[in-house]
Amino acid sequence: MTEQKQGKEPVTHAMDPKYFASQEGGRRLKLSDEESCINIRDLKLWYGEDQALKGIDLMIPSRRVTAFIGPSGCGKSTLLRCMNRMNDLIDTCRIEGKIEIDGEDIYAPKVDVPELRRRVGMVFQKPNPFPKSIYENVAYGLRLQGVRDRRKLDAVVERSLKRAALWDEVKDRLHENAFGLSGGQQQRLVIARAVAIEPEVLLLDEPASALDPISTAKIEELIYELKNDYTIVIVTHNMQQAARVSDYTAYLYMGELIEYNDTVSVFTNPRKKATEDYITGRYG
Amino acid sequence: MTNWFKSGTPWIWLNAGAVTLSMIMVIGLIGLIAVRGLGHFWPSDIAEITYLSEDGEERRLIGELSQSETMTAAAMRETGLEVPEDQEVVVRHLIKHGNRDLLPRDFAWYVAEQLRDWRYPENLVRLERREWGDFYGYVREVREGGVPVATGDAALQALVDLAPQSVRLMDEVARIDRYEIGGVNFRMEQIRLERRRVEMDERMSETAKAERYEELDAEMGSLQEEYNQLREQRQLKRDQAGNVSAVFEVMDGRMVEINFANLVRATAPNAMSTSEKIGEYFSRFWRFLSDYPREANTEGGIFPAIFGTVTMVMIMSIFVTPFGVLAAIYLREYAKQGPLTRAIRISVNNLAGVPSIVFGVFGLGFFVYFIGGNIDQVFYPEALPAPTFGTPGLIWVSLTLALLTLPVVIVSTEEGLARIPKTVREGSLALGATKAETLWRTVVPLASPAMMTGLILAVARAAGEVAPLMLVGVVKLAPNLPVDGQFPYVHLERSIMHLGFHIYDVGFQSPNVEAARPLVYATALVLVTIIIILNLTAIAIRNRLREKYKSESD
Repeated sequence: MTEQKQGKEPVTHAMDPKYFASQEGGRRLKLSDEESCINIRDLKLWYGEDQALKGIDLMIPSRRVTAFIGPSGCGKSTLLRCMNRMNDLIDTCRIEGKIEIDGEDIYAPKVDVPELRRRVGMVFQKPNPFPKSIYENVAYGLRLQGVRDRRKLDAVVERSLKRAALWDEVKDRLHENAFGLSGGQQQRLVIARAVAIEPEVLLLDEPASALDPISTAKIEELIYELKNDYTIVIVTHNMQQAARVSDYTAYLYMGELIEYNDTVSVFTNPRKKATEDYITGRYG
Repeated sequence: MTNWFKSGTPWIWLNAGAVTLSMIMVIGLIGLIAVRGLGHFWPSDIAEITYLSEDGEERRLIGELSQSETMTAAAMRETGLEVPEDQEVVVRHLIKHGNRDLLPRDFAWYVAEQLRDWRYPENLVRLERREWGDFYGYVREVREGGVPVATGDAALQALVDLAPQSVRLMDEVARIDRYEIGGVNFRMEQIRLERRRVEMDERMSETAKAERYEELDAEMGSLQEEYNQLREQRQLKRDQAGNVSAVFEVMDGRMVEINFANLVRATAPNAMSTSEKIGEYFSRFWRFLSDYPREANTEGGIFPAIFGTVTMVMIMSIFVTPFGVLAAIYLREYAKQGPLTRAIRISVNNLAGVPSIVFGVFGLGFFVYFIGGNIDQVFYPEALPAPTFGTPGLIWVSLTLALLTLPVVIVSTEEGLARIPKTVREGSLALGATKAETLWRTVVPLASPAMMTGLILAVARAAGEVAPLMLVGVVKLAPNLPVDGQFPYVHLERSIMHLGFHIYDVGFQSPNVEAARPLVYATALVLVTIIIILNLTAIAIRNRLREKYKSESD
């Protein structure tokens, strides 16, 4: 529903080159210059009998923001959830192909899945803080790793909350229940929780779709800050958002990768007609 | 009319009516047992009445008015009573005469017309006795060591003054009997069993056995010494309490001497002010709650039954909660959902519908005879053929009830687990938690209010259950409490008393129906109160947990 509305908006401003905040000093990014972080090779995925991904080949560059766009049901969230093996939770899910993170096949039998998920953090569409205090939410990952030293926990909690631009708002009520925060604050708390364990990759599954515009802007700013340290992959329905925050954009349709290039190229000069139709709102 | 139906108004009336009916029934039930049960402890006035019998003879009656009834004249005529033709209704009174040892009947019905001249003299006293129930009469003389110390009007004051001291001494005697002599007996029994164990030990050399025997004999000797001392102490107190006695005139004019060692309470209610009566009321009620039963449970208190019920429910909770929660977690979180898990779930649900007596029979056959019997063979061979665990007892009652209430706990825990949003689990997993860590750190705490709900339902069901308990460990009269000062302090093998069974026993097995009736109501009231208190405690805990794990999804 959301992408319909957004798809039909005039996208002329999104086509404006100066709108792409992610371009560094006017220098155009090129995929071929980038250092690879995640390599996806011929990834096929079935839910029972339905094939959701039909052979995806994708290279996600290190310390950049990569956005997945596409209509509902095109497989972008599925693809994202493959990268930290969240799809393992679905019994009927079957996967072929390869995903390599830093050259390691994450679907190899000997892979320690919790350890993988520690390295590949994830933030979901709906804020999902635990029913604990703000402090304990951020410390959760560290406690899982067996960290008990109060001073270390304090330091990490403070650093993570500062990174998620939440510290000033919550520093006086760290031990209150996280559900007392607003939706936008909760989402930033969840991001703080994810960065507290220092992952290499951060997967964001429509992180701002349940938030109001001001919170959305804060999250986008945050993404811009975080890409200095993390490889970020974001799924979004919001074309402007993809244009604003991402360096690279992949357009998926019906389980296939239609186009993948630097964001400026995808939005101003798409190579495929289907991409152009989707971006300009002629689709759906 | 059609519009009236369409508006939904009849539905609202129907629903509200159903709620009202339930409320009336609940309030009516509790009100009935409260009024009937609590009234028993009120020190009502003692009447002296002149009774004119059919043949014109006048007799003196003394007693409490226990109940009044209005009967139709026709019904009374059928019983052979002569009622004037023009009279339509007859009022009759039930008078409690007490004095079971002296009179043929301690309760008797009289037609109101034949009773005249109701008087309430202030020196009429009511005695609660350790034997033979209540006593009513005029106090004429108080004696100390057989010598009169007060007569006439001074006697009443002397009685009221001297009685409490004797009552205290006799309570002390009862305490020595129950706890101290009971403790010595318990330890003696342990030594006897130890001796038998040594006897049966084949690996022990004869010399070692002889040494051990000597030790045990020495211990036994010191215990015997202690026992004799306690006996002496007890006898001393008893004699001291029994040194005082009083002479009473009862309603047929006989003079009776009653020893104060037989007293529980002496009151002259006719001389009491309302505030004194209120104090007396609470004192009697407290005695009912805190005392041991006497006279085949028809007199005295219900303390062992309260204690047994609460202990049983607590031990049952200790068994059923972890067991049910673990089973539910496996069923919901780990087991592969399929026909087999569905079948298990249906079986568990059906278990809740099995009549409780069936659980009792199962508990007797499996827990008591099979498991208990085997425990005795392996761990307590020295006591055989007398069973230790192979006989109905607290642990088997608790286990049987745990089995009975297991379905409730499993079902509500499963529902609680199912309600935890997927996003919370995913959030934890995405931080690198394993499934087990996610469960124990996040999911189970979140589901804990649901577990408490299960426990609340389980407690409510268990505390009110009677039928299976009779088979697996609840008895009419338990000699000892299941918890006492003797190692190992909690005696799971002991049989217990239970309020539900006590109601049944007092109400239906008692020889003295009239005397037992108020006790049935009072006991029922205590049982309901205990269930309510247990439930409120659990609800309070659940609300705290809910507050703690409050989330938007709730």
